[in-house]
Amino acid sequence: MKFTIDWLKEHLDTKLNDQMIIDKLTNIGLEVESFESQQSEFDQFIVAKIINAEKHPNADRLSLCDVDIGHGKMVKVVCGAPNAKKNLYTVYAPPGALIPSSQTKLSVSKIRGVTSYGMLCSESELKLSNESEGIIDLPSKKYTRKVGKNYFVNKSPKVVDISITPNRADCLGLKGIARDLAAAGAGKLKKKYENKIKFKGSQNIKVKITNDKNQGCTVFGSCLIKGIKNTESPKWLKDKILSLGQKPISAVVDITNYIMLDLNRPLHAYDADKIDQGIIVRNSNKGESFEALDNKKYILEDNMCVISDKSGVLGLGGIIGGTRSGTEKDTKNILLESAYFEPKSIRSTSKILNLETDAKYRFERGIDPNSINEGLIKAATLIQKICGGSISKIDVSKRKKFNNTLIKFPIDLFQKITGFKVSDKEIVKILLDLGFLIKKNKKDLNLTVPSWRPDITQPIDIVEEIVRIKGYDQIKTETPEKVRNKQTLNSQQKLFHFLQRSVASKGYYETVTWSFADTKINDMFKEDKNEVRIVNPISSDLNVLRNSIFSNLVFYLKKNLDRDLTDISLFEIGPVFSGKKPGQQEIVVAALRSGMVSRLNWIEKERKVDVFDAKRDVIQSLIEAGLDQKKFHINSKVPNYYHPGKSGAIYQDTYSNYPVAFFGEIHPNIIQNLNIKTEALIIFEIFLNKIGQFKNKLKDQKKKYEYSDFQKSERDFAFIIDKNFKVQELVKIISEIDEKLIRNVKIFDLYEGENIPENKKSVALSVTIQSLDKSLNDQDLEKINNLIISTVESKSGAKIRS
Amino acid sequence: MSDIIKIKKEYLSKLNNDLDLNNINQIKSELFGKSGKITNQFKKMGSIPAEERKKFSSELNLIKDEIQTIIEKKIKDIEIKEINLKLQNEQVDVTLPERSFNRGRIHPVSQVIDEISSIFSEIGFSVAEGPDVENEYNNFTALNTPDNHPARDMHDTFYLDNKKEFLLRTHTSPVQIRTMQEGKPPFKIIAPGRTYRSDSDQTHAPMFHQVEGLHIDKNINMGHLKGCLNYFIKEFFEVDKIQMRFRPSHFPFTEPSAEVDIGYKLKDGKIIIGEGDNWLEILGCGMVHPNVLKNVKVDPSKYQGYAFGMGIDRLAMLKYGINDLRAFFETDYRWLNHFGFDPLDVPSNYRGLSR
Repeated sequence: MKFTIDWLKEHLDTKLNDQMIIDKLTNIGLEVESFESQQSEFDQFIVAKIINAEKHPNADRLSLCDVDIGHGKMVKVVCGAPNAKKNLYTVYAPPGALIPSSQTKLSVSKIRGVTSYGMLCSESELKLSNESEGIIDLPSKKYTRKVGKNYFVNKSPKVVDISITPNRADCLGLKGIARDLAAAGAGKLKKKYENKIKFKGSQNIKVKITNDKNQGCTVFGSCLIKGIKNTESPKWLKDKILSLGQKPISAVVDITNYIMLDLNRPLHAYDADKIDQGIIVRNSNKGESFEALDNKKYILEDNMCVISDKSGVLGLGGIIGGTRSGTEKDTKNILLESAYFEPKSIRSTSKILNLETDAKYRFERGIDPNSINEGLIKAATLIQKICGGSISKIDVSKRKKFNNTLIKFPIDLFQKITGFKVSDKEIVKILLDLGFLIKKNKKDLNLTVPSWRPDITQPIDIVEEIVRIKGYDQIKTETPEKVRNKQTLNSQQKLFHFLQRSVASKGYYETVTWSFADTKINDMFKEDKNEVRIVNPISSDLNVLRNSIFSNLVFYLKKNLDRDLTDISLFEIGPVFSGKKPGQQEIVVAALRSGMVSRLNWIEKERKVDVFDAKRDVIQSLIEAGLDQKKFHINSKVPNYYHPGKSGAIYQDTYSNYPVAFFGEIHPNIIQNLNIKTEALIIFEIFLNKIGQFKNKLKDQKKKYEYSDFQKSERDFAFIIDKNFKVQELVKIISEIDEKLIRNVKIFDLYEGENIPENKKSVALSVTIQSLDKSLNDQDLEKINNLIISTVESKSGAKIRS
Repeated sequence: MSDIIKIKKEYLSKLNNDLDLNNINQIKSELFGKSGKITNQFKKMGSIPAEERKKFSSELNLIKDEIQTIIEKKIKDIEIKEINLKLQNEQVDVTLPERSFNRGRIHPVSQVIDEISSIFSEIGFSVAEGPDVENEYNNFTALNTPDNHPARDMHDTFYLDNKKEFLLRTHTSPVQIRTMQEGKPPFKIIAPGRTYRSDSDQTHAPMFHQVEGLHIDKNINMGHLKGCLNYFIKEFFEVDKIQMRFRPSHFPFTEPSAEVDIGYKLKDGKIIIGEGDNWLEILGCGMVHPNVLKNVKVDPSKYQGYAFGMGIDRLAMLKYGINDLRAFFETDYRWLNHFGFDPLDVPSNYRGLSR
């Protein structure tokens, strides 16, 4: 909502200066976004000083000037004026300026081979006089200190721009703003005396509001003004319209706009001679159409509130009028409409048609239903004053009577909500100033809500009115108590934070990417999950909710690689989606690492990242998050975006139904399809919601501490075993032989090739044997040794390597 | 002069020479070997008359100890000399680079979420969460924003079905609804998370982060709201002085509602929080609307309280001088490196929020 302070003062008697009014507005909830003059084309012309002038190398009559344009800037300007001399103060127009005399826009140009930046102006060029002999010669005394400043003073008034929250329909007009300011002590609301108006004749165009279901119009007020001469608006009115950045059209249209801004009372003027018999306010029928004042044709649906005549639709009530009955310069007789339309109806119609107008904006927020006559009278009087004519009596057709909202307000509610006290007397004054009618009844106020405040419906709204006017700075600051009755994070949230920092500490950079993805990339990682489409995506390449984080990670990996970066490690922790219903999502850590380890390193041998890098990072992170590696079970059932032979799934224990993590190389097809330029790419993901609750908290786990000081022995074995036999099983077989004695099994070599049969491999491992009760003697050790060999051989089909 | 004094004199002078390890071992065996000179003296002990034996014995032992100490010291000296000599040939250029190490990064949004959680934890808030996909009821209707309410236009909503039943939450406020539906008062939660609006330009991203706060109990009033936010802003920006302005505003789910501005000044193009007379809007808040409480079956005549919501990305931008919102979500590796945080830099109250 834009307005000038002068206009505001037509409604408000105030002693406050502009800045005080601006501050007051913000303090009562009418936030001032800006307070400045409308930009003018005259702002471009600048006072300048010629520092040096010499003859143009290629033209005798031209001179080449070095011009000081202020702010430490110097430009070269080619000038044809005979008086262009050193030390002359004059007016400079920069490139882009519009020259008033010729209405042409200046551009940087070459004049006889020399580039000229802008122009020095004569009085005639600026339309100040007919003097065109030379450039303007400003008196040096007066202008010495003004170099760089605007030559023309911007006389257009400063415009206040306030943002009005959707509840404050009443402040979409100057009168409402003035009323609020007055209530807040900024001055006195001016009482307007209704002009004495001489009505002549009756309004003889019949108006009918039909009884349609959900009729959007409840009141239709109108009057006829006959024999007018529609003209240009007078200067005062034009200036008002212009000051808000709008264009004056004709007196009749400008006046209706003026009343709308002044009283928040939208009006519409019809050319009465173009109305075919009477006005019918009714619901539209699907397929009806009309051409609106924005010169667009609208095809209507059922049940939109239209103003019509016998020939069809004239306009959409409260939204936009039609061209068929629009006023023009030669209009003689007008029908002026001042009506009330239901916000719901306005909103649904404008949404379907995607129409945004000033009237719609106001009606949808709620117009004062009691302002019908006031608007008609003020507008008709003005029209008569400017365009002449005679005004008919006012006709008001009503379908529904308006009743003011009544609220019983318990006075102590104010202090209960705000925490501070305001005297009853002051509360009453504030509410009176805002237009409430009040009956005091012991501890309650029985309030009649003013008709212009449809937003106020219950006692809590009254609290807001009082505290808003009283000032939010009156609210005390209660220092919060430092008491914690409940843990800040639950176990899943703790897990989130652990894993986030744990993965990051392995060298991965955390990123945050959209929860949306490009279908094409998402499909590569979707597997059998449902695609979740967004009905109205921001762009076609962000049209689905991601089924996997990798779709975004590989996309951004590629972007970074294309920036010539190498060896990138990224991860994200966040939601992935499996359906469009709330809750069909889970939290996942997804990480990738690309390129080489120790690239170009003087001491370490460089190598490609591989599946065991991924495995290290994911296992270590899981351990750090509190999982027990001893219980892990690993197999190679992985999603199809992993390399089928170089990847694995990790289960929390052998009984788990779902893996908690996957790791491995990415499927080579994906690298090829997306044209990712890197030597190698490994990925892993951890599913937080699949990690089971830990049975014991850390404090309970720590209590039991067993250790043995008896001698421990290391025994090495090498088994020749089927190539496909998983080492995990081998370790398990050995560990289970005697869990009390076998403390650790460590793989230290893997060999395939010469001396080993095809389809076999040699696994060398070291077993740590230690008892809790005694030192083991040679016999004991020999026994366990033989047991290991015989058990492995019988259970796995392996042979001890001799 | 007795034999032993002679021996002593002779060998002390020998040991005084510049000797190598061989020489010393030679002396050692000459004195203490099987038929060494000192050894022989001890052997003589039996033939010495009883009355002189004691004196002889004590003298001999003294000499033995003295010479042995000297020999040992000589040996040690030589060993040290040898090690030092060896070390001279074992020098590397320590200005060569170290072995490679991995250093990761935490995204500024995550860091700031941890900072916020840490601050609110101190005054008894716990962290609640809700889904990114919400139903229309939780996101709007339950929050006193019925369909046909112009306030819905303030949110450009992403929908997941044509009936507009499922959507991406436009704010974190539906977590309020879920929390209150599932529990019993009092409630004291913050809810950080992703939020979505179909709006994309230089200063708007289709996804961003908010943190919601909710405190419902008996007798919680606007003074508590002011105190809580005042505390938070001071702690978060880690400044002693903060200028804060509460200004009336409107949100359908709070009444009275306020927006909060903080004072700042511009210095060399950087925003400095806490000084100056410019105002910067940083959050919206208010007393939870009785209609909202009724919608979640909390009795507004018994319980009341406040709610607030603020943009996490914006807080991060202000605190850490990041001027482009879009960059948060563009995964430029260099940007992540520059604005990211060390994973070990976990914000906590006792050792300060940020380094």
